Amino acid sequence: MASDGLSVDVEKRLGAFSLSIRFDTTGGATALFGTSGAGKTSLVNMIAGLVKPDRGRITLGETLLFDSKKRVNVPAHRRRIGYVFQEGRLFPHLSVARNLDYGRWMNGLKGDSAERDRVVTLLNIGHLLDRRPGHLSGGERQRVAIGRSLLIQPRLLLLDEPLASLDRARKGEILPYLVRLRDEAHVPIVYVSHNPEEIRQLASEVVRIEQGRVAGIGGLEQLDAAPAG
Amino acid sequence: MFELTPDEWTAIALSLRIAIVATFVSLPFGLAAAWVLARKDFWGKALLDGIIHLPLVLPPVVTGYLLLIWFGRRGPIGSFLEQTTGIVFSFRWTGAVLACGVMGFPLLVRAIRLSFEAIDKRLQDAASTLGANGFWVFLTVTLPLALPGVIAGMVLCFAKALGEFGATITFVSNIPGETRTISAAIYTLTQVPGGDAAAMRLVVVAIVLALAALVVSEYFARRAGMRYHGE
Repeated sequence: MASDGLSVDVEKRLGAFSLSIRFDTTGGATALFGTSGAGKTSLVNMIAGLVKPDRGRITLGETLLFDSKKRVNVPAHRRRIGYVFQEGRLFPHLSVARNLDYGRWMNGLKGDSAERDRVVTLLNIGHLLDRRPGHLSGGERQRVAIGRSLLIQPRLLLLDEPLASLDRARKGEILPYLVRLRDEAHVPIVYVSHNPEEIRQLASEVVRIEQGRVAGIGGLEQLDAAPAG
Repeated sequence: MFELTPDEWTAIALSLRIAIVATFVSLPFGLAAAWVLARKDFWGKALLDGIIHLPLVLPPVVTGYLLLIWFGRRGPIGSFLEQTTGIVFSFRWTGAVLACGVMGFPLLVRAIRLSFEAIDKRLQDAASTLGANGFWVFLTVTLPLALPGVIAGMVLCFAKALGEFGATITFVSNIPGETRTISAAIYTLTQVPGGDAAAMRLVVVAIVLALAALVVSEYFARRAGMRYHGE
């Protein structure tokens, strides 16, 4: 398990806000829990390589992703980290099928139709393949976004509030897929949320973040230590 | 009766050729300039922006004269290009292409830059997490999403090139079959007695071409826009 673990120790100043965060995961499903504005998205962007920390070190398993002392900063496109954004961010000019295949083309992966079928079935998006993102509901969009990031064969999957833009019914629709993903995809997951209910269903490790600092690390009991989000 | 003489056909064909070549030759430079202005911050950015826009605000005759000084056969750039590549601008249709391209360039860059700036940068981030490097992000996300703006810019550049007069006539004169475009031909016809009917015919042609360019661009821009919004 340790070879899948994510190790983060970063500092970053963002205007008046400063972020200083250190934690390690063992490689299963880890939740980053905290109210909005706590710095969770900035942190996830640093893990993905979209934002450069001022100082620190990030490793994933044996791979060094960022180290300010050694001047290592692997660019986002070479990190092979799947990232599901709050708003999906599907490419509006490409069909669902092409959105799904995008990462495979860009990473030069061989076409693996069995893998694609597995992901399409897992997320139940087979009937959407010919549509454009503009024609999808919020829940469908998020499922496609999850599939798209799974198909790059990621070494880590980042999910940043993937349910936050959905209403209650839609959340209930997506959560079971996320549970299946955790159990079947064999990819370490970092799940960002301010919602204890979601985290209870998905994660076993919880990193509680408040105002740019780690306020607690542990199991689900961390969820009770904070004001409800 | 609306019948065009061979000379008029020559002027029309020449105008179209110059405008089309000027637009397509400018396009890669326009894309690069627009991208740099939209996405990069660097020392001298305002200066670059100003230089690109200069032909829009300078009297065209000034632009034409500067082109003559620099790109003429004895000009520093003109003589260099003639020796190294064999391309000659002065008093050639290629010079008209250069003049029209320079005059249309600010319009091209403006439209493309605006459409680059309007693109959600977060989509580009998404593409890079999926493994696309800068070049592929540009090619597969930025450029397709900016397409309506790119087309609009090309049409503006084309229309400007089609109508360009001052810079062209100053730089490459008014030589039938070589640099006498529709505009130059109309001007010439209005200077001679009895040229009114022929001038009028070319005026009609100019209006038709300009309208056609607008309709075509509207069509493509609409089609491109629809693709993205999935209507």
